[in-house]
Amino acid sequence: MSNLWPAVEPLLARVQKPARYIGMERGAQAPEHSSALVSWLLVYPDTYEIGLPNQGLQILYEILNERGDAVAERSYAPWVDMEGELRGAGVPLFSVDTHRHAGRFDVLAFNLSAELVYTNVLNCIDLAGVPVRAEHRRPEDPIVVAGGHCAFNPEPMADFVDAFVIGEGEEVVGEMTEVISAWKRSGRTSREGVLRELAGVPGVYVPAMYEVEYDGPFVREVRPRFADVPARVDKRTVADLADWPYPKNQLVPLVEVVHDRLNVEIFRGCTRGCRFCQAGMITRPVRERPDEQVRTMVREGLRRTGYDEVALTSLSSADFSGVDGLVADLVNKQEGTGCVGLSLPSLRVDAFTVGIASEIQKVRRTGLTFAPEGGTWRIRQVINKLITEEDLYAAVDGAYSQGWRRVKLYFLTGLPTEMDEDTLGIAELARNVVKVGRQYTKHASCTVSLGGFVPKPHTPFQWFGQNGIAELHRKVGLVRTALRKSGAQLRWHDPEATFAEGIASRGDRRIGRVIEHVWREGGTFQEWSERFSVDRWQDAMAACGLDAEWYVTRHRTADEVLPWDHIAAGLHRDFLWQDWQASLQAHGLPDCRWTPCYDCGVCTDYALEHVVASPVAPAGGSQGTGQDLSQGGDMPVEFLTHPSTRPDAATGASERDKQVGAHAG
Amino acid sequence: MRGDQGFPVRLRFAKRGKVRFISHRDVARAFERAFRIERLPLAFTVGFVPRPKVSFGLALSVGHESDAEYLDVELEDAVDLDRWPDTLSAALPEGITVTGAVGLADRAPALQEAVTAVQYRVGVAGADRGEVAVAVEQALSRPTLGTTRTRKGREVVEDVRPALLGMEVRPVHDRDDDGRVVVDLEVSTQPKGTRPTEILAAVGEHLTAERVLRTHQWIERAGARLEPLEADARLRVPEARAS
Repeated sequence: MSNLWPAVEPLLARVQKPARYIGMERGAQAPEHSSALVSWLLVYPDTYEIGLPNQGLQILYEILNERGDAVAERSYAPWVDMEGELRGAGVPLFSVDTHRHAGRFDVLAFNLSAELVYTNVLNCIDLAGVPVRAEHRRPEDPIVVAGGHCAFNPEPMADFVDAFVIGEGEEVVGEMTEVISAWKRSGRTSREGVLRELAGVPGVYVPAMYEVEYDGPFVREVRPRFADVPARVDKRTVADLADWPYPKNQLVPLVEVVHDRLNVEIFRGCTRGCRFCQAGMITRPVRERPDEQVRTMVREGLRRTGYDEVALTSLSSADFSGVDGLVADLVNKQEGTGCVGLSLPSLRVDAFTVGIASEIQKVRRTGLTFAPEGGTWRIRQVINKLITEEDLYAAVDGAYSQGWRRVKLYFLTGLPTEMDEDTLGIAELARNVVKVGRQYTKHASCTVSLGGFVPKPHTPFQWFGQNGIAELHRKVGLVRTALRKSGAQLRWHDPEATFAEGIASRGDRRIGRVIEHVWREGGTFQEWSERFSVDRWQDAMAACGLDAEWYVTRHRTADEVLPWDHIAAGLHRDFLWQDWQASLQAHGLPDCRWTPCYDCGVCTDYALEHVVASPVAPAGGSQGTGQDLSQGGDMPVEFLTHPSTRPDAATGASERDKQVGAHAG
Repeated sequence: MRGDQGFPVRLRFAKRGKVRFISHRDVARAFERAFRIERLPLAFTVGFVPRPKVSFGLALSVGHESDAEYLDVELEDAVDLDRWPDTLSAALPEGITVTGAVGLADRAPALQEAVTAVQYRVGVAGADRGEVAVAVEQALSRPTLGTTRTRKGREVVEDVRPALLGMEVRPVHDRDDDGRVVVDLEVSTQPKGTRPTEILAAVGEHLTAERVLRTHQWIERAGARLEPLEADARLRVPEARAS
């Protein structure tokens, strides 16, 4: 039975939000399967509402379905109630497009966007009727593939995934399809054979082709088992986004989902160099989409979807060259009926940004979010988030004075070299922000969102020992106490969940047994606080004879082999180590888009270049510090003393003579 | 607000198949997107957050199908209503089909207040046809029909008999797709709506409404029962305004 709908339908009367399982989005496809085609099931291992908007999945869905040799459908992790119904009725996981049995696809491809979804991946494989461990799979079982940011440390999921895609998937999915297609034509006999072929595709990592050798608790070496298997797997990167105007038919869901709007990706990569940020490090270099293509995608996307809101997405959207002209045109020249909202997620902190925001939000000025990440200038130099207090106060002054009432501030705690002074600085900034706001309205509010820092692979902080649970609780407590009667609200991320994330983030292949243990004990949807329990993770570590603190809170040394050293994001290990050392000296590093190259390794190794839509640095300079980056910036970074002496943000004019030297807080 | 200068229109649509699992609110959002896709000249509310002037009738429970859903929408300019059903249906999710559109008379009452009764066709499980027929006959002869509802976390017993306007077991050959006994049900919507599932539970505690199709909505006016498209239709198609 290829269509499971008759079996699924009766279950839907008994579950919450049944529309999660019906598909039918505008833009959805109902591809015709045949034995000659390679069928991909793209699975997002979280709820439909979280997974549907995922742009990576939608891009691959279109690219695969455009191919003559492949078809692709989608699936999402069924919520706990639906899982119970499926297991009770003996119905397997299915695609939402044509309600086809997940286990009947040639490929099950998972998007790994966060570590705490790992147990859901196992659950989905199991619900598909496929053996959870790769070694138990037979030739007739689907090939289990995983990609996304977390694939840059594939080792914790190595037991369950046949092939990882490192980096961007646009090109590699086609190459994989060709390998799998040939395998199908040859009678689909040896699983080992097709996996070995896949291991030869650039950007594909097949963990079964590698042997891990340990030295006590340490990894000594991850070694290919065969001569034709590469010792190091380099990430894939598309050179020019202009060649990839996807998704062309963004899916429009029938139910409300996160980011429920038209999303147009305006660039990939980020060279701000924030040292905690894995996304910024592994997606280099910066590749901007041509201005004209952005406009076309917005115009056609709105026309086709009927959405009344569009987001220009990237890791730091105000950095898009010529963003002000683009925004002004999009806001003022909208055609069609009604009014169209525009949003720029991931805004940096400065007055220029507020200027853009005020251009966009002409009527509904409710909330504006900034991410200073650290409480003092010193710690912000350590993490290379070079925002001065003046930048922040100028930004919030601009926001409140122009009618915004709510400001949200994102911070991290548990950062390298963080002292209580830095932690308490978070509360002080928030208090001052409220004071600025109260000058304009007594309704001014400020929400502080505090996350525990988890060191990530392929960043300068990959060697840093994460703060333990008790220490993070203590720091949250410091901020909490200091914010009493301040008018600012505090929200914080559960330190226990931060700890579990830390286990998986820098784990090695032995962590696979831990993930399996947590899953077998019922630990699915670990990103959902009502479903999370750190005890399950602690118990699983103990059951596997592993020391959680060793994985999470231990500093790594320069000579230690890291479990992901055989995976390359293009960043030289020397560069990362030097940047780690520079951070400990509180040295900032400028944005290399407009300053001389400091040779992180990505462009030179991969023969890539930054692609910018305009050669002029956006106004506002380097993170609002007023550096004239078009002339080349110096180290250490300098900043202005008073907001009043700032160069006109809209012109970005340099006023170097008014700058003073940097100081350590 | 209605009819002051705009052109009010009433639509009838069906909600059939898989799409029955989306909520009333989801249907509303789908229509708003469809109006934008087809660039219909909607009238907007004036204010902080301009919204299109669209009002929906009685909510349909998630999971129920319908051949008789309605919505009123106000346009800035007159359009050719003959093309509406096909045009809009193409921009709506599969299974939501616009089956009629009329220009409304000025100051027609709002759908929500105007509709007085709704009719359902229900596939019933839990008993054979004979048992269902007996239960229906007994229920209709009783002065009260108690059913337990949860209100604000407390269980309360309510009488649904006043809301039950009519109930009839369909002939044997009229079974639904899954071979279930089919019952036609007419329910009052005033002062508040009662769900067919609640009626069924009151008729017999072992009876469940497995498949529910709303077949009609009625506006009762001066003793006559009117279909909402007919009830308040403008006498002629609005002419384009001279401008």
